[in-house]
Amino acid sequence: MDYVIQTIISALSFGSFYALGALGIGLLFSVLRLINFAHGDFITVGGFALIVPSSAVVATMAIGSFHPALLLVCIVAIVVLLALVSYFLVFQHVQNASPATMMIVSFALGYTLQNVIVMIYGGRPKAVNIFPELTGQVQLSDGVSVQILQLVIIAVTWVLLIALVLFLRRTQVGIQMRAAAEDFRMARMLGVNGKNVIALAFILSGGLAGIMTLLFVTQTGVLTFRMGVPIMLFFFIATVIGGMGSLVGAVVGGYSVGIVSVVLSAILPEELRGFRDACVFILVIIVLLARPQGLVLTKAAKERV
Amino acid sequence: MTVDASQGTNAPGADNGMVLEARDVTVRFEGLTAVDSVNETLHRREILGLIGPNGAGKTTLVNAMTGFQRPTAGHVRLGSRVISSLTPHWIRRHGVARTFQAGRLFRDMPVSENIEVAAVSLGMSRKKAHAHAMELLEWIGLADRAALPAGILPYTDERRVGIARALAQKPQFVLLDEPAAGMSDLECDDIMHVVREIPKQFGCGVLLIEHNMRVIMGVCERIHVLDSGKTISRGTPAEVQKDPVVIKAYLGHE
Repeated sequence: MDYVIQTIISALSFGSFYALGALGIGLLFSVLRLINFAHGDFITVGGFALIVPSSAVVATMAIGSFHPALLLVCIVAIVVLLALVSYFLVFQHVQNASPATMMIVSFALGYTLQNVIVMIYGGRPKAVNIFPELTGQVQLSDGVSVQILQLVIIAVTWVLLIALVLFLRRTQVGIQMRAAAEDFRMARMLGVNGKNVIALAFILSGGLAGIMTLLFVTQTGVLTFRMGVPIMLFFFIATVIGGMGSLVGAVVGGYSVGIVSVVLSAILPEELRGFRDACVFILVIIVLLARPQGLVLTKAAKERV
Repeated sequence: MTVDASQGTNAPGADNGMVLEARDVTVRFEGLTAVDSVNETLHRREILGLIGPNGAGKTTLVNAMTGFQRPTAGHVRLGSRVISSLTPHWIRRHGVARTFQAGRLFRDMPVSENIEVAAVSLGMSRKKAHAHAMELLEWIGLADRAALPAGILPYTDERRVGIARALAQKPQFVLLDEPAAGMSDLECDDIMHVVREIPKQFGCGVLLIEHNMRVIMGVCERIHVLDSGKTISRGTPAEVQKDPVVIKAYLGHE
């Protein structure tokens, strides 16, 4: 029983992380038809921003040594800025191109970011330690102890989800963003400022990536220039499973992928555990064969396809 | 119920003498002349019918007058200002609104929010936009549907929401593209009532594209007839109906 509770919490925490990632991808896709494969690298850049730029083996903390609140603000601001700069310097110029072109551009941007990191920081992994108090365990009851970070990830995710929903529902620009996500052309015809809406989507997506940087680096304690790549793959899969263009779908997809991964680790026989990701991908294929349009289908997506 | 006219964001210098004017407007698509030197002036508080057989260039003319299509020659004026090179967005902000043949509502959003989006984009706060949307829905008789997702509305209601959305922020001119298409006689009566009310309640000039002659003859004060992009007749409903050129264009004989 204790093991089950621990597994559930672990699954929810993984799922929350993937949901945040998928949401970051989904926000941009919904208004711009852009699948931003550089999203994972945004997270990586946020991580490296914690330390002093140098190729030394031992990392020296820069922003990483700030007061936690200031650290949070700085990293989120840096990643938001990076996202905005990528929009104005790169994506803005291809936003009328086909989604495939935009996707390839995002790959190029991602590789560029990785290589810039290698040039400045070197290619070797670096150990960093932020928010050490979060990696401790907390005793929930007799025999059930979980990592504090897992609970923090779940809580942070839900706070962000609720904040995002309120933002989209209540604010002037929120309603414009929802309209743009459904039918960008029509929204512009009605007077929605397309550029503002897209820039805002980059800000939100970058803000999510910044927060995810902190959660991820706290968890792993390591910075590598390619650390964003494997997680990006899972975010992308989560977005596809949930249904491209639906934010609810992104969250559902994120949780599905996270929960399935953890449950598979728990139930697969010892010798198959190394193949957990392969099993996850097989399930992804099965889901997509059964529901090619994703789990959550928007009416808008139905018309577009 | 009256919609408060003071809420409108009329363009600077707007007044009742304002006109929306097409001057020698020509639109060519690779050899095909869709609109051929058409002249028309739409005044405020009038209802002008734009009719013609399929492919006559009616929608293209409306596109040209609302910034969706740049005229190949000629120009469109709003008051003294040439607007034919400006964006649909700019033109909408300055008081020229339109509806689309396909309703093109945001299907996943509630009915009221479909109108609120337009109002918010034109500068209203969310609160004001909501109140404004509810007024418009009440005026058009759909207040009880405000919270439903727009995607589940029947076709005729979808059209009415489209009209209400075009009227957000009280434009000076509204161009309706076949609002009664596919409607029954009873539903047409309803749309006719709505269209007649627009100049009275909002002070707008209305340009109405419609195939349904009963609707056109029932609400329009004057009519402009296009065939193959050219003006072939204009006048009061009675005059146009008797015009042999019009009869020929529609029926194919003298």
